[in-house]
Amino acid sequence: MSFLEINNLDIQYKTRKETINASVDVTFNLERGEILGIVGESGSGKSTVANAIINLIDQPGKITNGSIKLDNIECCNNEKIIQTIRGKKIGFVFQDPQTSLNPLFKIKDQLIETIQTHLKLNYYDAKKRSIELLQEVGIENPEKRINEYPHQFSGGMRQRVVIALALCCEPDLIIADEPTTSLDVSIQFQILKLLKDLTVQRNLGVILITHDMGVIAETTNRVVVMRYGKIVEQGNTAEVLSNPQSSECKSLVMSVPPTNKKIERFKLISPEGGEITNKSSTLTNSIIQNWAVREISNEKLLDFKNITKIFDEQLFFRSKKEINKLKALDNVSFQIIEGESFGLVGESGSGKSTIAKIITSLIKPTSGEVFFEDLSLHNPKNIKIKNKYRGQIQMIFQDPYSSLNPRFKVKEIIAEPIKFLQKGIGNNAIQKNINDLIDIVGMTRQSLERYPHEFSGGQRQRISIARALATRPRLLICDEPTSALDVSIQAQILNLLKDLQEELNLTILFISHDLPVVRQMCDRIAVLRNGNLCEVEKTENLFNNPKHNYTKELLRLMPKIESIYS
Amino acid sequence: MVNYFFIRLIQSVLVMLVVAFVAFSLFNYVGDPVHNMVGQEASTEKREEIREKLGLNDPVHTQFLRFVGNAVKGEFGLSYQLRRPVSDLIAERLPATLELVFISALIAIVSGVVLGVYTGINRDGFLSNIILILSLFGVSLPTFVIGILFIYLFSVILGILPSFGRGEVVDLGFWNTGFLTLSGIKAIILPSITLSLFQMTYIIRLVRAEMMEILQTDYIKFARARGIKKNTINFKHALKNGLIPVITITGINVGTLIAFSIITETVFQWPGMGFLFINAVHFVDIPIMSAYLIMVAFIFVMINFIVDITYYIIDPRIRIKEEVSPE
Amino acid sequence: MISEVINKIITNDIGYSFVKSKIAVISTIVFLTILICSTFAELIAPYNPFDPVNVSLLDAFTPPVWVDGGSTNFVLGTDQQGRDMLSTIIYGSRISLIVGFASILFAMSLGTFLGVTSGFFGGRYEIIVMRFTDVQLTIPSILMALLVDGIARGFISKSLHNDMAIYVLIFAIGISEWPQFARVTRAATLVEKNKEYILASKIIGLSNFLIMFKHILPNILRPVLVIATIGLALAIITESTLSFLGVGVPPTTPSLGTLIRFGNDFLFSGEWWITFFPVIFLVVLALSINLLGDWMRDTLNPKLKTR
Repeated sequence: MSFLEINNLDIQYKTRKETINASVDVTFNLERGEILGIVGESGSGKSTVANAIINLIDQPGKITNGSIKLDNIECCNNEKIIQTIRGKKIGFVFQDPQTSLNPLFKIKDQLIETIQTHLKLNYYDAKKRSIELLQEVGIENPEKRINEYPHQFSGGMRQRVVIALALCCEPDLIIADEPTTSLDVSIQFQILKLLKDLTVQRNLGVILITHDMGVIAETTNRVVVMRYGKIVEQGNTAEVLSNPQSSECKSLVMSVPPTNKKIERFKLISPEGGEITNKSSTLTNSIIQNWAVREISNEKLLDFKNITKIFDEQLFFRSKKEINKLKALDNVSFQIIEGESFGLVGESGSGKSTIAKIITSLIKPTSGEVFFEDLSLHNPKNIKIKNKYRGQIQMIFQDPYSSLNPRFKVKEIIAEPIKFLQKGIGNNAIQKNINDLIDIVGMTRQSLERYPHEFSGGQRQRISIARALATRPRLLICDEPTSALDVSIQAQILNLLKDLQEELNLTILFISHDLPVVRQMCDRIAVLRNGNLCEVEKTENLFNNPKHNYTKELLRLMPKIESIYS
Repeated sequence: MVNYFFIRLIQSVLVMLVVAFVAFSLFNYVGDPVHNMVGQEASTEKREEIREKLGLNDPVHTQFLRFVGNAVKGEFGLSYQLRRPVSDLIAERLPATLELVFISALIAIVSGVVLGVYTGINRDGFLSNIILILSLFGVSLPTFVIGILFIYLFSVILGILPSFGRGEVVDLGFWNTGFLTLSGIKAIILPSITLSLFQMTYIIRLVRAEMMEILQTDYIKFARARGIKKNTINFKHALKNGLIPVITITGINVGTLIAFSIITETVFQWPGMGFLFINAVHFVDIPIMSAYLIMVAFIFVMINFIVDITYYIIDPRIRIKEEVSPE
Repeated sequence: MISEVINKIITNDIGYSFVKSKIAVISTIVFLTILICSTFAELIAPYNPFDPVNVSLLDAFTPPVWVDGGSTNFVLGTDQQGRDMLSTIIYGSRISLIVGFASILFAMSLGTFLGVTSGFFGGRYEIIVMRFTDVQLTIPSILMALLVDGIARGFISKSLHNDMAIYVLIFAIGISEWPQFARVTRAATLVEKNKEYILASKIIGLSNFLIMFKHILPNILRPVLVIATIGLALAIITESTLSFLGVGVPPTTPSLGTLIRFGNDFLFSGEWWITFFPVIFLVVLALSINLLGDWMRDTLNPKLKTR
């Protein structure tokens, strides 16, 4: 008899249109002292199953069948029993530390209240215990910090407080739902290490839900792989990841960017299990001819020279003390050669997006210059000439759900830049352009008549790419283009970008926080930290022989799926 | 902390000055003050004389400063229509309006918050739905209609409550109150309920919307996952967070009550400032209008200030803006 | 073609919600009925009560048809001057609706313009507009409207008064309602402004005006519609209140509020119908608009998750 037994769990959401099966016949076990990972892409049902264990599924979801046994006590759908268990036997950690804590109550109050709900301790003892807990999760100076409010803690620290809250009544089972997804890589490393230590020290059973295969490889003992509500594979982590049996799991594992080498293209597996060998883009010879592909000149295309950017918070009534200065970029310089794929990597707040915005002229630098070919982009004298260069620099963005105007049809979205920059172009020419573009990105011609909301995230990114290519840009900036996509879709889009770069001789600036992805996509990489450029190197040199300490740290801390082999 | 209040104080003073300027312009430039004071028959020389005496030929900024100086002292000149000092008129009627507003505010806020919380927590209950339907009526019924209906029901048909006036009033020197007599209390019942209804329904809907939104946040979900009891979650966690917008609303609310008291006072012939103001608008009695303007602006500004102070006390995110401690 | 459109409406989420909600359907029907009746008042009302030819003092104080003394000529009775109640109400509601629509249109245009531009451009301009909005939001619309009205009276000579009254009223109510629109549109603009499709348009080089008009505006219409509907009800109530207080439309073109004021004098002497029917009409009008607005707000609100 296992510590936690889930058998044949069915969860359904009844909407007016249809009944969605969030989970179908889910069966798995968990023992004390082990970390079980539940991995799957969005919509796989992993969070729903976790919520079902503590009976907190969002309305109108309902558990329609199945059994959940904790220490042989049946608690499926039984609110009475669950209420005694929640917090006391099961601790839950949510994803977003920014919103998990009540902003109006001190940490001390939130901890003591939880403790006193389940354990019979007086105020003084409860407070003592709270301070010990904060110490255990790695918060320094707990006696002082316990009197503070949530907004006074940074993201990683807040997540530690959340873990302390989940632990405070000595639970036996911890469920962590994407606990590190919104944290930086270095912080993620610390939080996961904390979880591993606690599992051993307290002999806990831990369920870790994530979409990140590297995290699974480094943290979990066993893994359950879910897709569309069903378990497609489960077992020992090393075995499942090194030798996946089901086609879904194979597809998942193959889509993960390797951290230790560079591959030509990601292998894509079709649902039947075979390998997809088609190219992601349908570039016929005629299209390529039409697009008058440029010769690669190996000349300097973009010169980013000594750029500093300071964001100035201006208040109406200005007083010297109140001006909040944020130095986003500090004397950053690099160059991009035509035809190359240049990567920009850094954590949140490093300034990568600021660089993209300066190159596309969305914001002006405080000092320094940006040269495109030989034109200084931000020199006011150049405004008239600059208009000729519009459209030569284009960008695709991170969030597929906000990068397309929901009120425009796809054809209007793609046509807009063409119409705007080539005034007087005939309708036939526009139509041909649009047709070519939609073919290039691998979508059907019928898509042109539809609206963005009818498409998935990956398809929307393809439409974004089509829009960006409509002006025949020479430099394409990709700002975290796949960070919001599932890993298998990411593989498709990255393949597409690689195809396009090769066939159309595009120059790409690829921005990401994800090192393995950047390794696959780029020839040279620049590492940014807090607005400072740490190093710029050829990809292989950077990964095999990093010079800057920060780069070394990043490489050490990033979760590697290959760790199952060590 | 000093910064927070200092800025707001400056803003309040600025607002008052702007209002004063509007009132002053009203005074000086709408119609002719001299004409209004002496009528049509006076000769041109007489008018000039009076203009000199009133200082109407001085430059604008001098007149404005004089105006502000007088306003601060409470002198607003004479009413055109009633030929009495405006300050006296206001002093007489202010207590009536303030008492009415106070009782109405109490009714509106207390019942509004209680019912709002109830309907927010029990979203689909039977009682909740009834309360919501009634609240919809409250928003669709203009205040004067409610007043008329009340009068018809309670005074004409049932005859148990008075339909006009304040009842007997006890004079306490600078204040006169209707709270100390039975007829005074009877008289305030209908007007105060009438006045409070519109606001009460507004508050119910607002509090309800707030509660429903808060109950779906992550931190409430986390509290439930920690096993915190339902009542504690509803009344301690959710309520405290829900109070913040309610405080702003209360602030605006009192202001609205003062405005709506104009209507209620008219319907019930309640001798307050609102009644005075409406008559002033009818007769284009500028001194009363501008004095009312300044008084009301002052009350609004003060209320805003108090609301800001309360925010400061309740929301720690405003109070403590230190740098976040590093990892 | 028509069946295609109807099909599209029903399968659309919002359309489905509408058809399913009995309340929404009923209130729309009621509202449209009143709207049509008042627009075509000349055709629908049994008499034109403001034409002295039709009116005779002999008919004064006739009670409604189901009470002793009533007559089928005047289904809802007559007032103190012998005018047919049903007709005065239909004509009156036309005035109420005209003032309501016009003032909301004015408020919506002004408020939306200021809201979108201030949200888009930011900076000092935004701070100033927001200050105005904040300050004005603390002043209730009644007061604002009274003030503007009062000031206007001071400026306009007595003879022009009656002709101008309705425009002054529309302006006054419009001025008192614009902050609501400004605040909502600014908030929505701030959200849209940072969305990536706007950035994409900026990169191509679209002008600010084009971006605001073509891209942002269509995407913020939903909350504007909700506020406009609820604001319409509020505008109608405000107008009737002002008319009741005697500072609204002139007595020669009475609105529902004016009619209630007339009838108020006779409430105690037993001729209840002179006040009662205008009251019912006004309440039904406001209620139907509010119900519609309420339904819109619940349906179009992305925050309240109810699948």
